[in-house]
Amino acid sequence: MAKVLMKGNEAIGEAAIRAGCLNYFAYPITPQSEVAEYLVRRMPEVGGVFLQGESEVAVGYMIFGAAGAGERVFTTSSSPGISLMSEAISYIAAAQCPAVFVNIMRGGPGLGGILPSQADYLQATKGIGHGDCRLLVMAPASVQEAVEMVMKAFPLAEKYRNPVMILGDGLIGQMMEPVEFPDDLKTEPTNKDAWATNGMDHRKGITRNLVKSLFLDPVQLNDNNLALKAKYDRMRAEEVMSESYHIDCDYQGLIVSYGTMSRVCRTAIDMLAAEGIDVGMVRPQTVFPFPEKAVAEAAMKPSCTHVLSIEMSMGQMIEDVERSVKGRVPVSWYGKCGGDIPTPEEVIDVVKQRIA
Amino acid sequence: MGKTFKKPESLSDTHTHYCPGCTHGVIHRLVAETIDELGIRGRTVGIAPVGCAVLAYNYFNFDFQEAAHGRAPAMATGIKRVRPDLMVFTYQGDGDLASIGMGEIIHAANRGEKFTTIFVNNAIYGMTGGQMAPTTMPNQRTSTSPFGRKVDEVGMPIKMAELLAALQTPAYISRQTVIKPKYINKAKKAIKQAFTYQLENKCFSLVEVVSTCPTNWGMTPVQAVEWTEKTLLTYYQPGDYKVPA
Repeated sequence: MAKVLMKGNEAIGEAAIRAGCLNYFAYPITPQSEVAEYLVRRMPEVGGVFLQGESEVAVGYMIFGAAGAGERVFTTSSSPGISLMSEAISYIAAAQCPAVFVNIMRGGPGLGGILPSQADYLQATKGIGHGDCRLLVMAPASVQEAVEMVMKAFPLAEKYRNPVMILGDGLIGQMMEPVEFPDDLKTEPTNKDAWATNGMDHRKGITRNLVKSLFLDPVQLNDNNLALKAKYDRMRAEEVMSESYHIDCDYQGLIVSYGTMSRVCRTAIDMLAAEGIDVGMVRPQTVFPFPEKAVAEAAMKPSCTHVLSIEMSMGQMIEDVERSVKGRVPVSWYGKCGGDIPTPEEVIDVVKQRIA
Repeated sequence: MGKTFKKPESLSDTHTHYCPGCTHGVIHRLVAETIDELGIRGRTVGIAPVGCAVLAYNYFNFDFQEAAHGRAPAMATGIKRVRPDLMVFTYQGDGDLASIGMGEIIHAANRGEKFTTIFVNNAIYGMTGGQMAPTTMPNQRTSTSPFGRKVDEVGMPIKMAELLAALQTPAYISRQTVIKPKYINKAKKAIKQAFTYQLENKCFSLVEVVSTCPTNWGMTPVQAVEWTEKTLLTYYQPGDYKVPA
């Protein structure tokens, strides 16, 4: 299929349909309302379901209900809205249902602002809802990558029977870029008869299915948490994705950055190289699981004297970077989180102060 | 002579955890009989609330989902929208539906979601040990209104059937009780009517069932029935509040 020029939010909506997900529930919030405005017209064309819920709280449970009934389903929201959905996300993870959540992040905390941010990193990777639950979290750096991650998210959610999150900063949703929707990423939903409440007649079985998260018996609850942990460990083993840049040289320092911020860093790295200063970069594409090995290996290069975690947040990902580097090389943070994206020149200044 | 009275197929063989004198068991049976009689067990999905009926799925014998507190109508919306061929109902108490879940029930009803709600109103929080509910009667003593519900501080109890019947979209809103056999037959008829409307693809239907909680009311089962008839049914009057045009 030929490339088309699309706004990130609209491309995310189309990507879900192309992936085979025809059910969308959402509540409006800037900067991602265009997904709903796109899908309200598009879903009827493909025989899909569109519903604007009364709140993000309700939408979270509409997703839970639909996912529990065995249908592919997704929603999109932005930071404060994701906070409201996080209760449902915990229940969905506990009940082991597949669903896809897209967070087009804006600045926080509180109402924060409506401009791009990466300030929900810790929430997405470590603190999404109460209890021992995790999401598989993918962070796109372009509209094309957002499309591909959305398309991959549905089979991954089904593989793990766990919610998957696409964590994009506001710029990913708002900017227009050429995109294509790879046909080979369209997938058939898995058979969910073993657990979904899709009706006993539908299954031609004699036993009923339960979708629940209450385990009053401590042994049963621990067993459920062990089952969840096993899935998260399997994600760590099988789903880590990252991309490296400018690491085939004896770089003096390493940048770890993701999403829109990584594209700025890439420009800065090119400009620094032209001045004779080599800096490498590891860009996490999954932030849970975090590419610990790729970051550690890149940081351990003998020429590397410093690692910079550059984020549109106040030092959140740096905790994962430090955990990966394990104190073998100094690690420091640079970032902004008001909606102003650091420029290549600002990144260059920081590199020169701390590394070169 | 064959059996004339037997357990509905839609009920499981489990003993319930409900207290003596509680009417959840009767209401469960009426729902199960309805589902058997309509022949829809194989395509029914129930949604359990948080409250005394959180374990309702142990007593019914068909597909079930368990909601978070108050969120059953949102889950039912999700299921019914993506699988309109399924018969979906929520089973909710008064703390669940009229307090924390007020937003979800109002909007699901107002959208005309094509599912059924069984709303069990016993004027108190049962599972958490007898705290005041939005439906607790004036001067009724509970663990969080130990001197009686003071209406000048927390308002009058909410009449959910009347409130929901004020919306234009819902198809069927009825209030019943099951404290005596004469009421049980009417309640059964209303519950079956609600499910039948769903079967006919008419929009939202709800049956409020005024119920007892002898344990948390501090009464014997017999006293609870008398108090329900004398006090609750005077305020929460049974009847159909909205029927399809």
